[in-house]
Amino acid sequence: MKILIVDDFSTMRRIIKNLLRDLGFTNTQEADDGTTALPMLRNGDFDFLVTDWNMPGMSGIDLLRHVRADPKLASLPVLMVTAEAKRDQIIEAAQAGVNGYVVKPFTAQVLKEKIDKIFERVGG
Amino acid sequence: MGSSMDTNRLSESDEKFVAELQDCAKLLIESLQNDRFEDASKLIRTLYASRDRHIFQSVGRLTRALHDAIVNFNVDVNLYPEASSSEIRDASDRLQYVIRMTQDAANRTMDRVETAAPIAANLGQEAHALKAEWEKLRRRELNKDDFARLYKRLNEFLEQMGEGTDVLNQNLQAIILEQGFQDLTGQLLKKVIGLITDVEKELVNLVRIAGQVEEVTGITPLERTAKVREPHSAEGPQIHAHADVVKGQDEVDDLLSSLGF
Repeated sequence: MKILIVDDFSTMRRIIKNLLRDLGFTNTQEADDGTTALPMLRNGDFDFLVTDWNMPGMSGIDLLRHVRADPKLASLPVLMVTAEAKRDQIIEAAQAGVNGYVVKPFTAQVLKEKIDKIFERVGG
Repeated sequence: MGSSMDTNRLSESDEKFVAELQDCAKLLIESLQNDRFEDASKLIRTLYASRDRHIFQSVGRLTRALHDAIVNFNVDVNLYPEASSSEIRDASDRLQYVIRMTQDAANRTMDRVETAAPIAANLGQEAHALKAEWEKLRRRELNKDDFARLYKRLNEFLEQMGEGTDVLNQNLQAIILEQGFQDLTGQLLKKVIGLITDVEKELVNLVRIAGQVEEVTGITPLERTAKVREPHSAEGPQIHAHADVVKGQDEVDDLLSSLGF
């Protein structure tokens, strides 16, 4: 399971990376915004994308739209982990095809639940 | 503050101007009723002159007030547009520093946890293994060699335990100390909040001055256009609870499940 973590704050990337490692996902890579993430996704057989929303360059929501518009990446599971907590934004992310939405600050338990749920649905 | 004093003087001068107008008007009516047309046109010229003088004085005062307000922004006007020594510039630096400080503190804390976690995990593992051996001993299932191995292993474990917990304690203490960033960044943020409050005051002042300029010069303000906001642009963490903001992960989940997730 190869996972790409996209967040402009390196500490948040590190936190997510640590949580994922605890959950048994050790093969992770990082990008600091959508612009750097997109070519990595296109060239790198990733199985899962965890992305922030608010980033300079390309935002997480735009990254999600690019992923869904790319035939090779369209079915990639995407979990949004973000401080954006407006109902309209959550609806917007859902309409753009997000697979899960976690608001910051979050717990390891919540992250695990959402990831399990995504794979349950994608696998089944 | 200079500009508020100017505002008082302005209204005083307004009153004086109005009084002058009223006096002149009375005299003018009198002159016209008594067919003294030469006097009347003199009075009209006086009226004009008085109005012009009033406008010039008002604009002069407003210019002064505007200048004061800009100076109160703490922007060094001589350096404008670079404004490299302004307090705004300084506030940006402070905020950048807060980002750096919180990032460093978070990283150092995680360093400590990453050092401590494997030690705790190893001690736990060894304790479980020893417990199993210990149970065997209690059930008298160990032979002499097994017992010798357990004896040695227990001794090693106790040594590891002593060293390990020392390291764990050191790291836990260090994590506590790392939290000092909250105090330091809090102080910096308070300074920036203070500046923003000052800037807001000056902005309100400027808006008032601008309103007076419009009044004196007879400029009609443009129709106020509502601030156009980009739909759903990212905003960062929500500080105040609004109806359109979810209160936590549970509400996110409810909302998504209502959308068929």
